[in-house]
Amino acid sequence: MDTLASLADGFVVALTFQNILLALVGCFLGTIMGALPGLGPSNGVAILIPVAFTLGLGPTPALILLTSVYYGAMYGGRISSILLNIPGDEPALMTCLDGYPMAKQGRAGEALALSGIASFVGAFFATWGLVLLAPQLVKVALLFGPAEYFALFTLAFATLGGISATNQAKSAFAAALGLGLAMIGVDTQTGVPRFTFGEVHLYDGIDFLVAIVGLFALSEVFIFLEHRGSAEEEAAKPKIEIGRIVPSWGLIRYCTPTMLRSTVLGFIAGVLPGAGASLGSFISYSIEKKVVDSSGKTFGKGDPRGVAAPEAGNNAAAGGALVPMLALGVPGSGTTAVLLAVLLSLNITPGPLLFSQNPDVVWGLIAALFIGNLMLLAMNIPMVGLFTRVLMVPPRILMPVVAMISFVGIYGISGSSFDLLVMIAFGVGGWALRKLDVPLVPVILGTLLGNEMEVNLRRAVTIDDGNYGILVGSPLAIALWTIAIVGFILPIFVGGILKRRMKQAHEEGSLTD
Amino acid sequence: MTLTALRRGLTAAALIACAPLSALAQDFTPSNPECIAPANPGGGWDFTCRQVGKSLQDEGLIPSTMQVVNLSGGGGGVAFAEVVNKRNDDNDLIVAASSATATRLAQNAFPGNTMDQVRWLASVGADYGVIAVAKDSEINTLPKLMDKMKADPKSVAIGGGSAVGGWDHLKVLIAAQEAGIEDVRQVKYIAFAGGGEAVTQLLAGSLQAFTGDLSEAKGFVDSGDIKVLAVLAPERLGGEFADIPTAKEQGIDAIGANWRGFYAPGGMSDAAYDYWVDAIAKLYASDEWKQVMETNGLAPLDLHGAEFQAFVQESVNNITALSKEIGIIQ
Repeated sequence: MDTLASLADGFVVALTFQNILLALVGCFLGTIMGALPGLGPSNGVAILIPVAFTLGLGPTPALILLTSVYYGAMYGGRISSILLNIPGDEPALMTCLDGYPMAKQGRAGEALALSGIASFVGAFFATWGLVLLAPQLVKVALLFGPAEYFALFTLAFATLGGISATNQAKSAFAAALGLGLAMIGVDTQTGVPRFTFGEVHLYDGIDFLVAIVGLFALSEVFIFLEHRGSAEEEAAKPKIEIGRIVPSWGLIRYCTPTMLRSTVLGFIAGVLPGAGASLGSFISYSIEKKVVDSSGKTFGKGDPRGVAAPEAGNNAAAGGALVPMLALGVPGSGTTAVLLAVLLSLNITPGPLLFSQNPDVVWGLIAALFIGNLMLLAMNIPMVGLFTRVLMVPPRILMPVVAMISFVGIYGISGSSFDLLVMIAFGVGGWALRKLDVPLVPVILGTLLGNEMEVNLRRAVTIDDGNYGILVGSPLAIALWTIAIVGFILPIFVGGILKRRMKQAHEEGSLTD
Repeated sequence: MTLTALRRGLTAAALIACAPLSALAQDFTPSNPECIAPANPGGGWDFTCRQVGKSLQDEGLIPSTMQVVNLSGGGGGVAFAEVVNKRNDDNDLIVAASSATATRLAQNAFPGNTMDQVRWLASVGADYGVIAVAKDSEINTLPKLMDKMKADPKSVAIGGGSAVGGWDHLKVLIAAQEAGIEDVRQVKYIAFAGGGEAVTQLLAGSLQAFTGDLSEAKGFVDSGDIKVLAVLAPERLGGEFADIPTAKEQGIDAIGANWRGFYAPGGMSDAAYDYWVDAIAKLYASDEWKQVMETNGLAPLDLHGAEFQAFVQESVNNITALSKEIGIIQ
């Protein structure tokens, strides 16, 4: 096997004392950066670029350091999702849905460890996918024209109904709100600013991170302020227990099929440029929910599979996103865009010839991903005990710290005080939405995916001179539409039947879950 | 006695050593050199700041490390407004700019700001535009592509990495105008989030042609996946790109350079302005910078001081005229 021989050469490159040390440092820093709200993988990598240059690292060691940070941040994002209900970065959004309820049930340790294992599974198989399939996978990316992308994003929204809320109308409202927010900024297809009120800060649209940190972190702080000192709060906040740290073998086995399915979905989402890790974790979660929990009984209430699915999905997507970056020179996500810039400044041109022109860099990098991934698993499981101590911190100390980190994190990214005001606005909005029991996740998803969905629709229609027929113009597009429609309609019928059955069962008094 | 003499001697030596340095510095040295990249990390402006900052320090042209600040938003407008409104007298500050900055200034996309509010320092190179098609396309020359567009504008969808009205779009319109296409608004341009995404869609068959910078297309040219019909440069580029014909030699006199350079606050003192112009000019002439340019596919564009100011003014005027014609601005 040619590939395996190349991979072995890659391990020779990667397994030097210096490179292992760099991977270790990168993994550790990445995990911390991922866990802090505001700082995500792309900022984490960007922050370390000058460090890599200052140390005078060669291309391979520099890439090893930076991709370790990337993988580390993908791991780390889940920590604050589970412990605080505040996603550390965009892809960790879905992990809140079941991770936080698990923590509230005193299973924080299990949730963290299980999501660590799921992250490992996702990243491990995705790296193998990168090794074995990268050249072929490029062809998959080439099957997706604007029409197919539009169908894919519609599929994502069609499966949205199942997420988070018991009230579908509120879910739909939240998604519509998110889509509306996505429209803010200069419209690339006409060059005209929309909903910017002449405010130049809004021309680039709303930064997802600002929205996420505002909606989740700040609104949490506001809710705390509202209930501060009341007896109600003491009653509402049961003493959180950490629970066991290592999940039982049975639980891991129970979640294994979930992890594998989500890995495949996440990886494919990662390979498609413009879809990325957020879509990967989102689709993994919603499809998994449809597969194993179509009646909506356990997902969203602390189902371990609801933690395993998005984590396997987003880490697989992180690996998948490296495929178009290395093989096409097209970044599949914000972080890979930064990595791409690094490659270019190291005198390496990613693209179709990278594998033949710079095999040592590519295979050294891939070997480093394997090493980094193992390190992260080894590092994360023992650290679970440490992370969970966060839960012991009383809210009156924790909440100011959360507020501080939010402000510093957001200001650190853009250096703009306007973004801080936007964040506060989102915080107030998030607080109001919570009062009204409107789920926050669809708002973010609408903002995150809405723009891409819209521009792809318009690209497709413009290319075909205003003819909407192009949207169903290829077998792939038709297949995606079919899945979207089935995914949308089926739960309405099946869900109805299941609910009736459940009701009967409930009346018979046999339902204890 | 001897000690005093020695000390005197040393002082004199030190003075002599210092003399050329102070003459160079023209009575100004930045105590806290800072470069604003008006975008998130990873983009072209960010690269310009970081690479220039690093090279200036390597060459000893600035006394300390250049601090790079990312101030994103509004396609550079947030940084522009910040410099004009809050840091107008800052002598230590330079800001990365490119053709995109000139385009937005020309189209009044920075509300209330104009190019005279800042001082334009110097360019550090240019990335020339290319127009390309997929390798299996039946079109082999730029005039052929233009003829096809003239006959049926709907038959050619051209993709690029900038928004409608952005530089990638304008480049192809300049070429279309030169080729005699009367109503350039008919040209079917599809905007993508970056040049790479547009090339991918060219390979996927969604588009018939691609407009972008040479550096964006380089990897695909090397692999033979795309055919570059023309480079929009005044003359053929050197090195590995020498085979690519210019638009001009095919009878279409279109030039589209995505230049990279810097501006400084409008209230910067003349001493500081001269210092920065001089530092960047020296950097441009250094071997290290030649290496950087080669690595990144940057072509020569060596303008500084008043020359550069005039160059930016001219491109703003040209873009204003073109934008009016296609209806981007009234």
